[in-house]
Amino acid sequence: MECRDVLDRLSPYLDDELDPVASREVARHLESCPTCAAAFARQQQLRETLQQGLEYRRAPDLLRARILRQAHAAVRPEAGSRGFARPWRWVSVAAIVVAVAGGAWLVTSQMLMPQSDALAREAVSSHVRSLMASHLTDVTSTDRHTVKPWFAGKLDFSPPVTDFVAAGYPLVGGRLDALQRHPVAALVYQHRQHVINVFVWPETRDQATVAATQRGYHVVRAAYAGMAYCLVSDLNPVDLAEFARMLTGQPE
Amino acid sequence: MTHEGRPDTASPQRVLSPRQMERFRDRVLPHLDAAYNLARYLLRDPHEAEDAVQEAALRAIRHFDGFRGEDGRAWLLSIVRNACFTLLRRRRSGSEVVEFEEAVHSEEDEASGPEADLTRTLAVEQVQEGLARLPVEFREALVLRELEGLSYKEIAQVTGAPIGTVMSRLARARRHLSGVLAAGPEGGA
Repeated sequence: MECRDVLDRLSPYLDDELDPVASREVARHLESCPTCAAAFARQQQLRETLQQGLEYRRAPDLLRARILRQAHAAVRPEAGSRGFARPWRWVSVAAIVVAVAGGAWLVTSQMLMPQSDALAREAVSSHVRSLMASHLTDVTSTDRHTVKPWFAGKLDFSPPVTDFVAAGYPLVGGRLDALQRHPVAALVYQHRQHVINVFVWPETRDQATVAATQRGYHVVRAAYAGMAYCLVSDLNPVDLAEFARMLTGQPE
Repeated sequence: MTHEGRPDTASPQRVLSPRQMERFRDRVLPHLDAAYNLARYLLRDPHEAEDAVQEAALRAIRHFDGFRGEDGRAWLLSIVRNACFTLLRRRRSGSEVVEFEEAVHSEEDEASGPEADLTRTLAVEQVQEGLARLPVEFREALVLRELEGLSYKEIAQVTGAPIGTVMSRLARARRHLSGVLAAGPEGGA
């Protein structure tokens, strides 16, 4: 093989895309020809520079969530899934009731909880951080059977993970976080354009739902059936409270 | 890809069966990072990249029937790059097309010795700039090869170009960029 043929084949040789015979010939030539060897070294250096110097850009979490939501919206309702979808229709009726009753109730409950301000503040900071650093999720999946096991071994409790796609609150993923120095599970849901962080940790005493506002974000807290929940979002407080009720399974 | 008719931004009709949704989630969605990364390098604009991926995803949902299940990444990437090229065609009026010369450099101008570290930092910048100035088909081939690690066959599948074309695009792009590297900061133009 002459120098010209070798130089023509350096790029596929680098990519290991030459047939074995040609590849051997190029290798043999490079051993004996310093000029071609130098040209090959330059290509190797270029590869190194490209692979180290070029940033791999990950898809933004919101884009991922939006696409996921569209995929869910494109699913045909089938005979089997109808029974599953129906309870949410009932929920949306309930939502109107909650909206009316909740409006007044939220205002009063907001004044009842000054002592939990620190926790709410911390939760809001964590929420903001999760959005800014584009570190929304450690495990990105709409599948609760993926998200729930992911927490196993990372926490000493198992957070309840449910997908509420049918009600318009698809699961986006989960993340480890900490509130007041305790490790907590952060579950990420989405409702329309709003991201909802749900912090979950074990709590033996039930606690009625309370709402607060911190730096323009709404915080809803509740504890039921062994778990405490703290929801943070820029979603309106009425919807957020309704979602909290779905999450906790707390009766009205 | 033909693109006439209704805009692709409308929300998709209910085209997926629950089982298809599962397949879409397992086989296609894991490659959104690859999709976005490619779009970022092709379009060089984060917002347009997001739009392109969004639009491509809608097409992917709508045409999921056509997915035979072999390679979700190549399948999604080919839809994404088509969306990107449509945007590029719309965007440019000839200004984006840059003819590039394969720099003919002497074989003796290798950088070595004590300046090597500085040279290295400069090299990253030069190569980034050089890559940005490459005609988009050449940039595409390099990104798919170096960042995505695709084989020539897979790149051919994504871009719709024959393998021989993929091979020569990569060779030319590399010869050009290593020429830029060897020529140093002043010699790039």
